[in-house]
Amino acid sequence: MLTWIARRILAVVPVLFGVTLAVFSMLFLVPGDPVKMMLAEFVTTPDQIAQMRAQLHLDEPILKQYGRFVANAVRGDLGTSIRSRRPVTTEIGENVLNTTQLAVAAMLVAVAIGVPLGLLAALSRHSWLDVASMATALLGVSMPSFWLGLLLIFVFSLHLGWFPATGGGSPLHLVLPSVTLGTIAAAIIARLTRSSMLEVLGQDYVRTARAKGLGGFSVIVRHALKNALIPIITIFGLQFGNLLAGAVIVETVFSRPGLGRLIVGGILAKDFPLVQGTVLFVATVYVMINVLVDVAYAYADPRIRFG
Amino acid sequence: MDVSLPRRLARQRGAAIGLVILAALALVALAAPWLSPRDPVKTAPRTALQPPGATYWLGSDQLGRDVASRVMYGARISLTVGVIAVSIAVALGAPIGLVSGFYGGRLDAVIMRVIDVLLAFPGILLALAIVSVLTPGLTNVMIAVGLSAVPTYARLVRASVLATRENLYVEAARALGSRDPSILARYILPNVVAPLVVTATLGLGTAILAAAALSFLGLGSQPPQPEWGRMLSEGRDYLREAWWIATFPGLGIMLTVLGMNLLGDGLRDVLDPRL
Repeated sequence: MLTWIARRILAVVPVLFGVTLAVFSMLFLVPGDPVKMMLAEFVTTPDQIAQMRAQLHLDEPILKQYGRFVANAVRGDLGTSIRSRRPVTTEIGENVLNTTQLAVAAMLVAVAIGVPLGLLAALSRHSWLDVASMATALLGVSMPSFWLGLLLIFVFSLHLGWFPATGGGSPLHLVLPSVTLGTIAAAIIARLTRSSMLEVLGQDYVRTARAKGLGGFSVIVRHALKNALIPIITIFGLQFGNLLAGAVIVETVFSRPGLGRLIVGGILAKDFPLVQGTVLFVATVYVMINVLVDVAYAYADPRIRFG
Repeated sequence: MDVSLPRRLARQRGAAIGLVILAALALVALAAPWLSPRDPVKTAPRTALQPPGATYWLGSDQLGRDVASRVMYGARISLTVGVIAVSIAVALGAPIGLVSGFYGGRLDAVIMRVIDVLLAFPGILLALAIVSVLTPGLTNVMIAVGLSAVPTYARLVRASVLATRENLYVEAARALGSRDPSILARYILPNVVAPLVVTATLGLGTAILAAAALSFLGLGSQPPQPEWGRMLSEGRDYLREAWWIATFPGLGIMLTVLGMNLLGDGLRDVLDPRL
């Protein structure tokens, strides 16, 4: 098992290397001169442009630049934001907690709605309950998160006044954004729980458990649900990544500070070091979470480790 | 694909509903110049923020523009953006997957590593990164959304090719002297089409959502274009006094994506029952 985990972790190294290369290349794929583009909105003298080139080490050979980029990133130095003139890692550090809170709360919402909904549908297959749950799930997948967010603000902030519409800080600020972000993931989890549960319910060991005379509830929870949840673990990693990316939109809807707002603000301000650093950070976290999910998956399902 | 496909599809209630929704939207998009009561970009400050009624069916926005006309023209933009983005993704992803799966070996290994790297950028993040390089705008949004979906299609096609490649009839064709291009076109490609059509249909919905999201963030269409995502972000500031500005474009996006999802799910059940 330990060698399996070690191998899985080692397999990530080339991917992360590729990620740094992709993020590094962003600056060179810009049509035209990236420095002029970044400084377009400032009044600049040739001196300032030269200074910026030197600051970004753009006059060095490209391989040396890449080497420096990777070495710095490994040491936790992601460069300096052009706008704020502060280290990108400081900017990330100030925002990472907000986005984590949002993503975790959204995941809780997603599981709390998605698993029961899928279970309900599977256990009442072909009934109106099944159709209604799956229709709800389909609406959930088709719903643009930025629209759902605005509808929630309209009803629960502007009309009922239960929750604040924008900003961050208190737990109350977290409710509407996490419901917005969690709904889409809930819909996906509901559909998956249903199909996974239906598959497990048809297995021999469930029939055996029933034949042993175990009651319906015990069979469903102890035998079926436990196994049906295994594939849902894998979707967890994938969905967590989607939640991180979805936070970009939801944070903008609710004017909530976080990594997503940081990236969008960076793109609009053409602050390349900030965009590069934050994108690199989010992608790395996403890759790491998927490793953790794989390890958890191997623990939950021994067939993976030994298969 | 056999003759009875339309009939089998029509029997799927979900797919039929999806088709009706999409047909209606396509009609609105095509006939927007004749159906829309007003010019979608013409401002009329004196009649700003009118609620829905006889004059303005779906109300007017903060500049007095007709929301109904803007939503109709918005269907044009969103459907076009979705189709172009998915076309880019399929046009690049399918050949990459085909070559990678068919020839295997070192080329396949290299392509798959590159795809692994691209898939390390979750959800809309890759499209965001691409837009930031290309600079914001509707054309670049189509390119960014399309490019960011290339890995998905490349992987899908590669998997179908791998599943087909080892079949006896492929070996037989080779033994009879068929060359690679002819084997690819006559024996492999037909097996790739079904999953590709299903994924592309569902992908249209995803692409439309992503493009609208980028426009909502201010990275896509620029004013005064009547783009749904853009309209939502403008309506956000007037939510209290004019709910209709943001509500109807959002409804438009949801109906379009719902139609694509219903049709895609139905197509999957008919074309590819294994999935």
